[in-house]
Amino acid sequence: MNIVIIKYNAGNIESVSNALLRLGVQAEITGDHDKIRAADKVIFPGVGEASTTMAFLKKEGLDKLIPSLTQPVLGICLGLQLMCSHSEEGDTPCLGIFEEKVKRFQPEPGMEYVTKVPHMGWNSIAQLKSGIFDTSLEEQYVYFVHSYYAAVGEHTAAVCNYINPFSAALNKDNFYATQFHPEKSGPVGQKILENFLKI
Amino acid sequence: MLAKRIIPCLDIKDGQTVKGVNFINIKNVGDPVELGALYAEQGADELVFLDITATHEGRKTFVELVKRIAREINIPFTVGGGISELKDADALLSAGADKISINSSAVRNPKLIDELALNFGSQFVVLAIDARGDATGHWTVTVNGGRIPTDKELFSWAKEGENRGAGEILFTSMNHDGTKNGFACNELARLADNLTIPIIASGGAGNMDHFVEVFTKGKADAGLAASIFHFKEIAIPDLKAYLKEKGIVVR
Repeated sequence: MNIVIIKYNAGNIESVSNALLRLGVQAEITGDHDKIRAADKVIFPGVGEASTTMAFLKKEGLDKLIPSLTQPVLGICLGLQLMCSHSEEGDTPCLGIFEEKVKRFQPEPGMEYVTKVPHMGWNSIAQLKSGIFDTSLEEQYVYFVHSYYAAVGEHTAAVCNYINPFSAALNKDNFYATQFHPEKSGPVGQKILENFLKI
Repeated sequence: MLAKRIIPCLDIKDGQTVKGVNFINIKNVGDPVELGALYAEQGADELVFLDITATHEGRKTFVELVKRIAREINIPFTVGGGISELKDADALLSAGADKISINSSAVRNPKLIDELALNFGSQFVVLAIDARGDATGHWTVTVNGGRIPTDKELFSWAKEGENRGAGEILFTSMNHDGTKNGFACNELARLADNLTIPIIASGGAGNMDHFVEVFTKGKADAGLAASIFHFKEIAIPDLKAYLKEKGIVVR
């Protein structure tokens, strides 16, 4: 299977490639349009800031390429946020694959334990839909690190609750995305990546 | 709900795990990657690897070790020890570390926190603080494993760290460290009330009730310990089950 991880100015791309290696799959990390288009599966990871990353994607023409892909695509963390229509981070128009909008968590003073931003650590996911999940994963814990979130909407494929309910995953046609890091989420994350590889 | 985290800490010297019972009697408790993978499998939520090697050769060994850890371990991990400038952090991040922890170098050069947060994001920066309290309730920040007192005070230094962009505080009470009599819950709760970033509690874990206390009375987000895990005094699956039984949200 030919798996491509989109290379761009984002951190921690290696950790996704390491997670795939643990599943016995060697992925290619590349920004080459032809290679991305020819891949069986594409992973769009990312840790970083929305506006600078979108500017980079535009410069590389990836803002046109990614929404036009027809094979299964998995966005992770910032990848999910950039696949939405708009992010409050830097007031950034994004790729618009999902209509959902990305907002910043607003801490609620006085609510002990749920006032901290970023949302960091292990939290549970529920109301799972789409091919990357299966029933065994309902209410399982996965690892999150983020200050912005996609609201719950039509394409929500998993819900997590932190300060308010938000989209822990999204799915529309061949596009899948997780706000959490499956590559850092132990055996549960490994199962989700395996499911994505099987789609 | 966000789960409370259990974090085993592994001290590394020349690529090997050590936990000094004291500095003369260091016991080897195995290969860091093997031990880390075992903890991950048992349900540890994160791992911390602290490099206590001082030599240049040892540093190179540690970076290679971090690469191996990143390949083998499927949970987040923090690395610390000897990070005094951006390029040290960059080498460790490129090797695959999820977070870095800084301690003495931040006390000497507080701007390092700002620079690291700006370049890599706050989520990468853990500010580790070792402090010792006196009879009057004043908590002095110390460096070099608690041996050297500084002019900084725990609560103001933690707040300054948060303002400069640290993403988490790892507080070790030198009064409690190694005693196995429980964590510094009063000081931890005060930190949690004063700060908006997560607090990792360290120093004093001796039994499972100490973890219950640190998550309730101490309001900590995570509990870190070393020897009680390494010497199998507490097994992580038992600890998780016990915390759950006590109504604490764990994975």
